[in-house]
Amino acid sequence: MPADPTVWDQSSVTCVVPPVQPRKLAKVPFVELADGRLQGVVSSGSDIARVYVSSIAAGSHDFNCSTNNNRPCGGLYGSLCKHLRSLVDEAVVQYGAERVARYLRVEGAETVASGADLAARLGGQQESQPAAVVFSRFLRHLGYLELPVTTAPLAEMHWFPGTVR
Amino acid sequence: MLGMQLNDLVGGLPDGLAEALELVDGFDDALSHGFGRVGEQRAAAIAALAGAVAATPLGDRVAEAAAKVPAGSVSGEHLTALAAARSALLGAAHDALLTRLDESLGRTRSPSGPPATGDSSVPGNLLVGCRSWLYELAITGWRGVGHDLAAAGDQAIEAVLAEPGARRLAVLLDGLAAELRDSSPVSTMERLPLRRWADLWTRATLLAEPGWPGSGEGAETVSGRLLPLGADVHEHGTAVQVQVHAVLEPAGGGTSRLVRVSVAAGKVDTITGPAVWGLFQAYPVLLATLAKHLAAEIDGMPLLPGGDLVWQEEKATAAELTDPFATARVLLAGAVAGETPPLDRHPARVAEPVLVEGYKAAKAGGGVTLTLDGATLPFATGRLPGCGPLTPELLAASTACVGLLRWDAGGWLLQPLAVQATVKKKPVAAHNGDWALGTTDPKAAKALAKTGDPVGVLRERAGRLLRK
Ligand SMILES: [Zn+2]
Repeated sequence: MPADPTVWDQSSVTCVVPPVQPRKLAKVPFVELADGRLQGVVSSGSDIARVYVSSIAAGSHDFNCSTNNNRPCGGLYGSLCKHLRSLVDEAVVQYGAERVARYLRVEGAETVASGADLAARLGGQQESQPAAVVFSRFLRHLGYLELPVTTAPLAEMHWFPGTVR
Repeated sequence: MLGMQLNDLVGGLPDGLAEALELVDGFDDALSHGFGRVGEQRAAAIAALAGAVAATPLGDRVAEAAAKVPAGSVSGEHLTALAAARSALLGAAHDALLTRLDESLGRTRSPSGPPATGDSSVPGNLLVGCRSWLYELAITGWRGVGHDLAAAGDQAIEAVLAEPGARRLAVLLDGLAAELRDSSPVSTMERLPLRRWADLWTRATLLAEPGWPGSGEGAETVSGRLLPLGADVHEHGTAVQVQVHAVLEPAGGGTSRLVRVSVAAGKVDTITGPAVWGLFQAYPVLLATLAKHLAAEIDGMPLLPGGDLVWQEEKATAAELTDPFATARVLLAGAVAGETPPLDRHPARVAEPVLVEGYKAAKAGGGVTLTLDGATLPFATGRLPGCGPLTPELLAASTACVGLLRWDAGGWLLQPLAVQATVKKKPVAAHNGDWALGTTDPKAAKALAKTGDPVGVLRERAGRLLRK
């Protein structure tokens, strides 16, 4: 991005999407702010083949957690389960607390200090949400790693200078 | 690059450049409001664009398209014609800038011959899907884009991603879609990246036309010693490309060539920073040339007319230690560059390797600027990759730089690939590719250890969940 803000709209390489921060992916391999929800996939602590799909809606803060086979999470007792708490924590690492809070339309988003702070400010109730959609988005996400590496030049990538130090 | 050459380069814009960019601005403004309802003033701007290409082979088709604009009745074909006109103007701008650069540096280029022909044979229905999304965006205009329209191309993009012959189009559309998704609803944005989004839309619209030559067309086979200058890294959420600029000394003598080696992988947004190198583990020789500063012997690799060497790991062997600064000092001035393929010509694609030394650098207005013999040149601090050791602080302490001359938003910039600097009274050198085989910086190593191995974790998850 050019240093001079007056030429922002005349730059071919204006940075539009703020880069995300790297984080440990073992527990929560997938987090996104999409479709009006903070949603993601949390690996089960006990069964390596099982994952939980967890989501929190923007605005209402209604939430849900279930396995990818649509079995309800046993940890939901009218409040956030450990998977949802992990989801919030990791989202804060990835995007920063303010960006997540703003997306969820939490009041005073700029004052949110941590994942725990954010979780404490969420009202909301358990509500059925589409686990299958989120899970298929996760599979699509993983699909990018299956794309073959190519050594043919991709000229268009010059428009994407990438993460900035 | 000498002070005299730099003064010459930054001393003024090529004739006609400002006028050409003004016409481009007119198009970009119309695209932001949408071709479905163009006011009189914007229609006049499109007519002016058509006037500028009237004498070219595009003239008739663009004039016909421009005539449909006031009524808001443009078809897809008309939009493609307008995209071609915009692309032609920016192609001319590219040529004027590069000519000036070549004259300043005394750089020569080997003519690339007639454009490659052939057909990459991407299935037509995949391209139709991409075009219809792009047309819908253009009819609506950026200001009307909301979540639904931003996501409306997802299926087409997913299909085109699976098609190896359409990788360029796929990574471009994927990058654009992510930006639109993140910006939706666009009407709430204070300012729009007008030039950028129009660039991306234009290129995608042209790449989504059938009949592009396959990527290997027109290649010659080359052998010799490859001496790297440095690595340029491109990245968005779901793709990363490392482009190594190097000098090729042909086997059996002859003029040295300036070449680029590219390697690109799919990724996800959480694979970023030094972790991206993990995606290229199948290329140990190429990575070693970067991390260990080695030359490579190559034997029978394809070199495309534009100067792109299509890397084949099995045809390369790592060779002796080599210093990119020495390569730049000794060989860069005499090396012959390639000619940019016609359809790639655009100012954003200008990335010419140079060595600049003996300058004074300082932080200035949020960036870092170098001064040499009275000429000033800003560093492209927006192009310091997260996977390497270069920082603005290091640039400010630097006295020599191997970098790429870039042009953006009305001026020249220097994108560093490597710098020599003085830190705590000691000379240090840092290169973008230093961490290609693992980070050498204790601080970065600690950060990386904390995040674990994101590529490995996601591959494990993919192995378990994708193939069930
Ligand atoms: Zn749960």
